[in-house]
Amino acid sequence: MSRKPFVRRKYWNEPTMTWWERFYLFEIVRGLSITGGVFLRNMGRWMTGRKGALTAYYPEEIRSDYARRNRGKHILTQRPDGNPQCIACNMCATVCPAQCIEIEAGFDPADTSHPKSPTRFEIDYSRCIFCGLCVEACPEDAIRMVPETPGLPSGDRHRMWIDREELLNWNPQRDVAKPYPPKPVPGGQP
Amino acid sequence: MMQDLVVHGLFIVYAIAVLMTFGLILTWVERKQAAIMADRIGANRAYLRIPFTQIKLVWWGLFHGLADGMKMLLKEDFRPVTYDRMAYAIAPWVVFAPVLLVFAVIPFGGRLTPAELFSGSPTVVEWFGDRSYALQIAPLDAGLLVVFAFGGLTVIGSMLAGWASNNKFSMLGAIRSASQMISYELVMGLTVLGLILIYGTVDLVDIVEQQSGLILGFLPAWGIFYQPFGAVLFLTAAQAENRRIPFDLPEAESELIAGYFTEYSAMKMGLFMFAEFIEIAIIAALFTTLFLGGYNLPWMSDAGFTLPGGHLIPMGHGAVLATQMIVFLVKVMLLCSFQILVRWSLPRFRYDQLLRFAWKFMLPLALANLVVTVVAVWAIRGGGA
Repeated sequence: MSRKPFVRRKYWNEPTMTWWERFYLFEIVRGLSITGGVFLRNMGRWMTGRKGALTAYYPEEIRSDYARRNRGKHILTQRPDGNPQCIACNMCATVCPAQCIEIEAGFDPADTSHPKSPTRFEIDYSRCIFCGLCVEACPEDAIRMVPETPGLPSGDRHRMWIDREELLNWNPQRDVAKPYPPKPVPGGQP
Repeated sequence: MMQDLVVHGLFIVYAIAVLMTFGLILTWVERKQAAIMADRIGANRAYLRIPFTQIKLVWWGLFHGLADGMKMLLKEDFRPVTYDRMAYAIAPWVVFAPVLLVFAVIPFGGRLTPAELFSGSPTVVEWFGDRSYALQIAPLDAGLLVVFAFGGLTVIGSMLAGWASNNKFSMLGAIRSASQMISYELVMGLTVLGLILIYGTVDLVDIVEQQSGLILGFLPAWGIFYQPFGAVLFLTAAQAENRRIPFDLPEAESELIAGYFTEYSAMKMGLFMFAEFIEIAIIAALFTTLFLGGYNLPWMSDAGFTLPGGHLIPMGHGAVLATQMIVFLVKVMLLCSFQILVRWSLPRFRYDQLLRFAWKFMLPLALANLVVTVVAVWAIRGGGA
């Protein structure tokens, strides 16, 4: 029985190596010096208190390269006296495709210009898809989104809710487009 | 007699503590170093919380090794249906034990004279008399031979594991492991022969003591300067013996799952991993002993530092001993780090390349190295006159 002798196939992209590279030993040294150099550089950075990695710590570190218009965490804007600008109209909760906003309205007849306001305003960040429709739907400029992400990783989904107090106080903003006069003080000037 | 028992008992405790610590720390060092080499952060989340407080000891993730160990202990101890339960059960130990035993003959410090160390206490001085001990567990004349004898035992463990697992992947891994380790064992032995010729002994304490001092007035008289070629070959062969990445064909995750320990789970698998990491430390210790002068620092002797001008800075016996032990550990640590650097830098061989590399490249080079050494030693010692 005769067999065809084994002929090694020639490929169009055969590696072309010089004898120096084929000897391998010096190329090993070159490779080791590259990786070792990177190691020493990064180690030097860590030793001198700088960061020697490209990775961002999550959730401790806020990435510096978020766009200015990144849709991150929600905030509720405030009237000049610190009460929420929100009039509890439920439009954001209605438009929300993830149905993650829960609002409970309260009524204060003494506050003549802004009688209705939320007593409970909660967002479930385990369901929020950060689409920004709530911001667009709001007629009062009462809800906004800031670039920072919520930073809520947790082993428990019930801890991923943010309530009214945090939405108001985490990054308070009072420069609303349609300011209401403050709540009249009883016995004061009308 | 009792004195010897006490001293050697202390040595054994020290050696086991050092090796276990190295094994535990190296798992973390490997991950962290690989991460830093790749611009990543690496394991940094495991922590120990001091009970009843909120103080968390993170320490750059140093406790990841402990967490790994815990995980291994708590996992299900899976047993395959195999025809050879006995071999299956003892295989991890056959791999693990010889690795520890190799350290018995490696000197990890200079010469201990207890009477001098505790010269303040007359009872100790009287009890020990003028005894002195080399810092080595087993003072054997056959030091290097013992190293190779126990080093060769590891292959039996991996073959047992492969054969007894009743698994094709394990079988392939075991066969690969056997052929690879036997091939590279040969190269390793041949590279060390040159060193034995130069020093004229296989007693490791004697070899290290001959490496103190200087050659040509400025180079430390370390083996690496007598046998630079041998050192490179030895380190390569040792890395291959340890089956780590450029040579990790027996384990070959992408082909053989985990090679010869595919069927092992929980702490039995942990023993294989632990043996591998301890072997890194052992190889580093061996290389330090043979080629890097062991515990020797240039210009340092048992009396203290001798500066190049001939000025002597005297040191006490305890200080000298502590310095020597620390120097040894630092050298070992650096070499471990170098091995990890190699493991994370170089691409793997194919299996035929691996064996060709051993038999057609390393073996001739080792033989050539040996021949040159023989001729040189013969010429220097008078050329047969």
